Amino acid sequence: MQVMEMETGCGEPAGAREEVAAGWRTVLPACVAVVPLALALGVLVVQSGLAWWWAPVFGAVVFAGSMEFLLVGLLAAAAPLAQIAVSTLLVNFRHVFYAISFPLHRVHGRGWKAYSTFALTDEAYALTATPEAAGWSRTRILSIQAFFHLAWVLCVAAGAGLGSLIPPQVVGLDFAVTALFVVLGIEAYKVRRSVPISALALGCAIVAALISRDNMLLIAMGMFCAALVCSYVLAARRSSRG
Amino acid sequence: MADPWYVLSAVLVSAAVTWTLRAAPFAMLAPLRHSALLAYIGDRMPVGVMVILSAYTLRETDLVVLTSAGPAALALAITIGLHLWRGSMTLSIFAGTATYVVITSILAT
Repeated sequence: MQVMEMETGCGEPAGAREEVAAGWRTVLPACVAVVPLALALGVLVVQSGLAWWWAPVFGAVVFAGSMEFLLVGLLAAAAPLAQIAVSTLLVNFRHVFYAISFPLHRVHGRGWKAYSTFALTDEAYALTATPEAAGWSRTRILSIQAFFHLAWVLCVAAGAGLGSLIPPQVVGLDFAVTALFVVLGIEAYKVRRSVPISALALGCAIVAALISRDNMLLIAMGMFCAALVCSYVLAARRSSRG
Repeated sequence: MADPWYVLSAVLVSAAVTWTLRAAPFAMLAPLRHSALLAYIGDRMPVGVMVILSAYTLRETDLVVLTSAGPAALALAITIGLHLWRGSMTLSIFAGTATYVVITSILAT
């Protein structure tokens, strides 16, 4: 134990370069996988009428893939800041659970810890969700996060560059966001193959759209969360009775 | 278009909420781990949120106008079908979007 502390403690070991290389090897497939998505985000930002350099700013500062896509739409609809805050809360709420297994205890130093939590994306979580990651060095964990951050920002910027080359006659690129959410929905569905939950969410969305199309996101998410809390209370009551 | 201050505030608000969601749980990990309600909601939320977001992105689609609902329905069918068949995120998103772009661009001219 003491040996391990010495090897990977605060003073980084001489093998820092190998650790960075190991981080690079771990993160490379994830970087490649998000290239199309990052390009699409850049294209979308330019198509929505924002200056191209907002794309890398979104990528660097928000650094949460699906939320950045949604943000472009919310900005185009001139959504109030409160709605943007609540939408972010709901879309990124899943991150709350990443703390349970992410090896932050390996990342020493306040500043490094701050960056590590800031860059705790779905991909960073997924890459460090293995048991051996609990023993990785700070350098390796931070390399994974920083390389991914850099790759994301560069590809989003490249996408914004490409986007300005697309002629205005080409319309409908925003469907990429719909397709992204549909595909993420299918992946989420595979975890718990529950048709009622999906149907409940769709019902909430339709009712909310009928009430107010401009505020449908907040109304639908609010109804859906309330319904989940109710079903939890009902289930808890039923199990305590049985 | 948009006022740069509005866009900047939106980016900062979104980033602050995201960072809080990512960092705060480390400070209160113990109670969180034992919250049955949070676990219950966290388990069921992702699929529901994605369904709602998908519907939200299609809110301008007019269900009774064929030129509006038709391309969306076809592109959705291609996206879902390809994803269930091949399971490749890139392929599903690319093919669905390409279908939608080609049809709506032709209809728009």
